[in-house]
Amino acid sequence: MAKVSFTVNGANRDLELDTRTTLLDALREHLHLTGTKKGCDHGQCGACTVIVDGRRINSCLTLAVMHEGDSITTIEGLGAPDRLHPLQAAFVKHDGYQCGYCTPGQICSAVAVLDEINAGIPSHVSADLNERPQMTATELRERMSGNICRCGAYSNIVDAITEIAGRQA
Amino acid sequence: MKSFTYERAHTPAEAAGAAARTEGAKFIAGGTNLLDLMKLEIETPAHLIDVNGLALDKVETIPEGGLRIGALVRNTDLAADPRVRRDYGLLSRALLAGASGQLRNMATTAGNLLQRTRCPYFYDGNLPCNKRKPGSGCAAIGGFSRQHAIVGGSDACIATHPSDMAVAMMALEAVVETVRARRVRSEAAGAAAGSGMTRSIPIADFYRLPGETPHVENTLEPGELITAVTLPKPVGGTHIYRKVRDRASYAFALVSVGAIVQHDGAGRVALGGVAPKPWRLAAAEAEMPRGAKAVTARLLADAKPTRENAFKMKLVERTLGAVLAEARG
Repeated sequence: MAKVSFTVNGANRDLELDTRTTLLDALREHLHLTGTKKGCDHGQCGACTVIVDGRRINSCLTLAVMHEGDSITTIEGLGAPDRLHPLQAAFVKHDGYQCGYCTPGQICSAVAVLDEINAGIPSHVSADLNERPQMTATELRERMSGNICRCGAYSNIVDAITEIAGRQA
Repeated sequence: MKSFTYERAHTPAEAAGAAARTEGAKFIAGGTNLLDLMKLEIETPAHLIDVNGLALDKVETIPEGGLRIGALVRNTDLAADPRVRRDYGLLSRALLAGASGQLRNMATTAGNLLQRTRCPYFYDGNLPCNKRKPGSGCAAIGGFSRQHAIVGGSDACIATHPSDMAVAMMALEAVVETVRARRVRSEAAGAAAGSGMTRSIPIADFYRLPGETPHVENTLEPGELITAVTLPKPVGGTHIYRKVRDRASYAFALVSVGAIVQHDGAGRVALGGVAPKPWRLAAAEAEMPRGAKAVTARLLADAKPTRENAFKMKLVERTLGAVLAEARG
């Protein structure tokens, strides 16, 4: 067992956990924040994506005890049913899901993707490494490739993110 | 997952000391590969030393004109560093061709170098694998081997090295800096052990071919910690990383080519996806002005492809041909 303290969606959390507990299991099983989903549990599907200190990561591939002092944002921290995050509203409007299981990870990832493009971080499809990356569908598709949707809602997901990206640009 | 004890280290020497003291200890940084393998009980460390607090997360310009990349610099940050984008474009491109945004945010420079193979037989505990269980045999030889090595393998193992970044590091002639604990014979020598022993390993000497011991993948000693990777001063030229894979994104390479091509057609080339380590040969680079066919003939002179991966022979030549054509503009 080991102790760890971090904040989740702004609230301080002090936990004593088996060292094997992943951040994903700490969120779901110990803090009962079940918005973050367990898909593959091997970093391949992106359903477990959360934002730690402003950066998206796979919460299944990191131990909770490695996050002492960190600030963690889950889908519950982005919005709520009566006050949706703009990306949540855009996913509803554009029908960016079918079963919805991958959606929390898709939305956490998309929030961070827009920040990454705004910060000038290049991607595999950026034509010139020394220019600022553009908000294009090609960039969004490449940057969202770590989030799998078995229902195949990809084109609607791109539409939803594009609408919000356009508002930011 | 097997149970383990856990500690946070605060300095490189402290981490190396803890590794030397503790049987079955491993360092953990990004954890993206290690935790995956621990869940499958392919890796079963008794103790984890968390090195994320070691403050090795800076990219610094060094006086000789190169860069010193801290071991903990995340793949995203290294790819986005303006100096890397400007002077070592091959490295940015290779990093951005690998994994996903989420994984690159966690994965570190040192951890990327130490990635284990994605050979499916290494991952399947029901089948023999000399890398996972020395002496048990190799299920890939005679098995499904489409993704496996065509050159550099042995009768014991034909697994490939999975890293894109390491291919760029090989072409850029990076140097791996490490620290390990001094062997302490008495308490009185404790003070001398405080700083640890450091050394620099050229990347050409870092990886080992499988031979009879495919579980030994590099020249690090037990408990030796990577602290930084240095890049020599920029060599100019056109930097291209071309990766051929089954999906357009988020897949390991079937074949990748990392190249630095100068105006006169000379340059450097390293291959990924075809060998147990990033594959680079001086004799092949001497052929660069003569074109892709001549270079490939040298690079793959000792190749022993299987029936399933023989296509990689032609794929290397064609990918390199495309890269050289792009470099000519």
